[in-house]
Amino acid sequence: MSNSANHIISVSDLKKIYIRGSEHIHAVDGITLDVNQGDYTAFVGPSGSGKTTLLHLLGCLDNPSAGVLTVEGKAVYDKGKFMNERELTKLRRDLFGYVFQKFYLIPTLTVKENILLPFAFYRKAEADKTADRLADLLGLSHRLSHLPKELSGGEMQRVAIARALINKPRILLADEPTGNLDSKRSEEISDIFCKLNREEGLTIILVTHNHALAESAGKMVELKDGKLI
Amino acid sequence: MPSLFGVAWKNLLRKRLRSLLTIVGIALSTWVLVSLLGFNQGYENSLNKDIDNLGFQVLLTAKGCPYEAATLMLKGGTGLKYMPESIIDSVVANPQVERVTPMLMHAVFDPNKGESGGITAFLGIDPATYPAMKTYLQFQQGSWFSRPEALEAVFGYESAELEQREVGDEYLLPESDAVVTVVGVLKRSGTQDDGTIFLPIKALQKIYGVENLVTSIGIKVQKETDLTAYEEELYKLTDVQVVSMAQVKQTISNLVATARVMVMSIAIIAILIAMVGVMNTVLMSVLERWQEIGIMKSMGAMTSHIFRLIWFETILLTFAGGVLGSVMSWILASTTDTLIRSVLPYSPTSSLVQVDILLALKAIGIIMAIGIVSGIYPAWKAARIRPIEAIRSTDGEQ
Ligand SMILES: Nc1ncnc2c1ncn2[C@@H]1O[C@H](COP(=O)(O)OP(=O)(O)OP(=O)(O)O)[C@@H](O)[C@H]1O
Ligand SMILES: [Mg+2]
Repeated sequence: MSNSANHIISVSDLKKIYIRGSEHIHAVDGITLDVNQGDYTAFVGPSGSGKTTLLHLLGCLDNPSAGVLTVEGKAVYDKGKFMNERELTKLRRDLFGYVFQKFYLIPTLTVKENILLPFAFYRKAEADKTADRLADLLGLSHRLSHLPKELSGGEMQRVAIARALINKPRILLADEPTGNLDSKRSEEISDIFCKLNREEGLTIILVTHNHALAESAGKMVELKDGKLI
Repeated sequence: MPSLFGVAWKNLLRKRLRSLLTIVGIALSTWVLVSLLGFNQGYENSLNKDIDNLGFQVLLTAKGCPYEAATLMLKGGTGLKYMPESIIDSVVANPQVERVTPMLMHAVFDPNKGESGGITAFLGIDPATYPAMKTYLQFQQGSWFSRPEALEAVFGYESAELEQREVGDEYLLPESDAVVTVVGVLKRSGTQDDGTIFLPIKALQKIYGVENLVTSIGIKVQKETDLTAYEEELYKLTDVQVVSMAQVKQTISNLVATARVMVMSIAIIAILIAMVGVMNTVLMSVLERWQEIGIMKSMGAMTSHIFRLIWFETILLTFAGGVLGSVMSWILASTTDTLIRSVLPYSPTSSLVQVDILLALKAIGIIMAIGIVSGIYPAWKAARIRPIEAIRSTDGEQ
């Protein structure tokens, strides 16, 4: 392991085993990996290779079966011991932003309210300003008072990205963020990620089947059967 | 900025019809609850008022003598027993007695009554003491007798209608040749006085030859008197029976207790239905939003936030239903009154269901407590959602 101070996420021999009856599925099978501050990483690989599982583990959304997971120097999981729920929630809310293939916008709230939703649970100074700035950045300024059902798929995904960024996270995790979009919309999203990484120094980890999107990432990590290749 | 409360509120608007139906369900339960509570307090008051209206707490009659006009009628106007007037002196001797009034009941067959004749009951009263006890009796026309032995009559509301008499008319007493002048007609009182014809007791005694005799004595005792002990005392007089209004009230209350249990069970069922309704609505909305809630948790919602979010929804629903139900029960109070009257064995005259603001607040409180309790399970279920389950459940994998 090199200069660990630079590693925002660091995993060693991480495993996730699903037990289905007598069958043990090694979805993530002993992965060792460091993610540096400012990295833009894409996970690629065939279906079922464990990309989503790994992403969820790195994002502290799922608990590993074995190994070590360290985030910003804090041990999230270390040999069978998982951080407590409260601390985990804080970690997720302060450090991570998540974007999923499905946008999960709240249909009853306007675009602006959706973007600001995390602040229904805690307060942060200048949230309104940040929301406006993000809307501007993502080309949503004219849509702020609309409801999700009035938006296009690409717009919805941009709202989801804005929501993921409203807490000024250090790491953005995205699982097939363009999976539901056509190629033109995918390109838009791809450009936004590049811009965020380059201009704001945001650490991005994404999973994708989209070649163009994967190519645009600085680093491509390929998985097969839960292992890095 | 969205607030937890705002998110909860907007979610209820998402499924308007479902929310509305749930609210209506709660409103109906509240209506039943308010009416029940209103009945509990109204009935007691109403019954006490009726008893107070009798003017005396104890009625002393000769042993075996019917003491109600209705009973007398049933017996065909016979069976009256008399006590000597002098018994009043022994009653008044007790310092606990505040006032007494002698009464003489008399029933005669009137061949001109109805198609084939009927019994008419007269009550001889003492103009000096009786009106003072029955202060609630009000005149529609005229007033009480001019002299203690005047040949005059006061008609109860219904008897005046039946006999077609007004003040100034003459009335021939059946089975006698005495003619009395009608000097007063009472307003409807809702008591058996409505069907009574009052005469001065002295006049009635003379006309029917029962001088110096009475059938009953109304006794009003001092407020702090122990009624049971006093009744014991009265039984020391020979050949008397004591009818206590406290007993009458007890008997009626016992009858009503049965009805009350029935009403109470209906209320409990209504409450249970409301509870299940609320739980169902909120639980369904939790299940539908499984992913949304998971996402909220992934972006920093603590278990307690989600718990509160779902709880707010329950509380909003029950609050709206509670308020609606209270307003409804206030508006429908007289309908409810009629409904309850129809199932009760005995109903006092004044209003049975008394709905006031305090009661409404109490009912809203109870309903909200129920809402809060029924919200616990869905809220707990929602709060336990792990972000990963929500995201996994339909994110394309599996
Ligand atoms: N909850 C689960 N229970 C049991 N097995 C699971 C569960 N989730 C995933 N798996 C299995 O783990 C393996 C890795 O799944 P994962 O979703 O990480 O793959 P993926 O690389 O994201 O695939 P895709 O490209 O299709 O999204 C698969 O074999 C999958 O069937
Ligand atoms: Mg996947």
